[in-house]
Amino acid sequence: MVIGCSMTSTPDPVPLDERSNALRRRVVEALEGGGRGHIGSSLSLIEIVRVLYDDVLRFRADEPRWPLRDRFILSKGHGCLAQYAILADKGFFPAEELKRFCRRDSFLGGHPEYGKIPGVEASTGALGHGLSIGLGMALAARIEGRDSRVFVVMGDGEINEGSVWEAAMSAGKHQLGRLVAIVDYNKLQSYGPNDEVQPLEPLADKWRAFRFEAVEVDGHDVAVLRRTLSAPRPERGPPLAVICHTVKGKGLPFAEGIADWHHKSNLPAADIAAMYDALGGRG
Amino acid sequence: MRKTALDTAFELARGNPRVVFIGSDLGAGTLKEFQRTLPDRFFMEGVAEANIIGMAAGLALEGFIPFVNTIATFITRRCYEQVAVDLCLHHLPVRLIGNGGGLVYAPLGPTHLAIEDIALLRALPGMTIVAPVDAEEMRRAVRKSAEVPGPLYFRLAKGGDPVVSREDAGFEIGRGILMREPGRTLFVSTGVMTTRCLAAAGELAARGIGAGVLHMHTVKPLDAALLADCAAGVDLVVTVEEHSLIGGLGSAVLESLSADGIAVPVLRLGIPDVFPAKYGSQDDLLELFGLQPPEIVRAVLGKLRGVYD
Repeated sequence: MVIGCSMTSTPDPVPLDERSNALRRRVVEALEGGGRGHIGSSLSLIEIVRVLYDDVLRFRADEPRWPLRDRFILSKGHGCLAQYAILADKGFFPAEELKRFCRRDSFLGGHPEYGKIPGVEASTGALGHGLSIGLGMALAARIEGRDSRVFVVMGDGEINEGSVWEAAMSAGKHQLGRLVAIVDYNKLQSYGPNDEVQPLEPLADKWRAFRFEAVEVDGHDVAVLRRTLSAPRPERGPPLAVICHTVKGKGLPFAEGIADWHHKSNLPAADIAAMYDALGGRG
Repeated sequence: MRKTALDTAFELARGNPRVVFIGSDLGAGTLKEFQRTLPDRFFMEGVAEANIIGMAAGLALEGFIPFVNTIATFITRRCYEQVAVDLCLHHLPVRLIGNGGGLVYAPLGPTHLAIEDIALLRALPGMTIVAPVDAEEMRRAVRKSAEVPGPLYFRLAKGGDPVVSREDAGFEIGRGILMREPGRTLFVSTGVMTTRCLAAAGELAARGIGAGVLHMHTVKPLDAALLADCAAGVDLVVTVEEHSLIGGLGSAVLESLSADGIAVPVLRLGIPDVFPAKYGSQDDLLELFGLQPPEIVRAVLGKLRGVYD
């Protein structure tokens, strides 16, 4: 089932609105400040984090460890520019810090770290760890009788890791209805297309085989994401897998769907300017 | 020793609602009573060590204290990155209980031996490593683990090992126990090798060579102060370990003595840089690698002759 758009080709994708562009400009600010970053991998998941933090997650930016919060783990830690952009936007830390991304004394590194960054629940970057950690957090909520939900965002390349499927098997067994596995399915891993490196299809069926409920959505369609991620879930029932069909480098026409934009460093000023232009100006 | 470790974890769980247990695919009936009385805090998750460690990390991030149990080599080698990143980097109070440290699984062959587990875990920041000498010390170690804020690895012996530890000697994680006063020689050992060293020391004493035994149940953090005290003035320090000679207790002792500027000859006895090629029993392999009391005595006598020649 694909909600919102076809997974193959979409003649008229929903255009990005100003909020989506503004968050992308934050990403570019960090990229510019740090002189490097996983730009393509971050731009594909902007709408996912936007909808989670705008409409779905229960959190307190001024009390990041608030016990009743929902948990969010960016298991594909290399997409951290998107996470930093939304955390800064929500006031977890001053947006000025984005400009110090990856610098020696910044707390914002190339992968998110627990204990350093307010709002980051786990240190990720080594791929295939987040779903197991989220599973433990969901079990903790069950033991404590807390109604927190746990959202784990994984990359399509990341789910090549066997540990992801160990975690999926265990989550299916425990029927953790409040655990949500989100796949940022931008179709490109570092080397090239998933279909060439390690094909994933039939992906939804894989999750279903692990006793998840699985849906496929357009990962840039804010309304569809909102509806899918906000729907209440029973505490005990199938965990949810949301396969988000996305575009790597989304929002930058010259980067979209191009493997070379997975990670960039030392971008010339002209490229940075072109990025701002594509996103509606420096803002 | 394994039963004592698990029973003591159960005892802790009864007194502390934050203690949970996670096993892989343990022997039928393991901790049945735990499962029956505390079912919401008992997990048996199958043969999936990487997931188990991550899951333990998730629980620990929420304030729980998971005791994780499976075979030593699978809880160290197989999921090393999860142990390093999920447990050590986050500095979480997860307790790893590794069955069959060293050569315990001798009849099962090299896939099941844990002879570089200490080297692997010793390299990870914040990891505590404890290898008790017998079941009684195991009980004390598990009870004391409540005070350790970060991850901790318990290396288990075979079980049914003779009890040589004494309650009145006290037990603190990170503190060595001097079980026999040093003479010309000082043994430094961990786990059940301490039992062998006590026997070897008795034999050496009978030959007129005083030999102390410093039991380092905690390999990391090593009790450097006590080691320096005990090593000062002896002619020879002998480290004995059921572990590769690379990176284990012997290495830790050399590093510590070197850092403290203590120049004393050190003889390191352990397993050479090989995958053991034979089966048989744990005792058979210990003998093969020169780690039973008669072989230890012979090695020490040979080395002492060298020291004085």
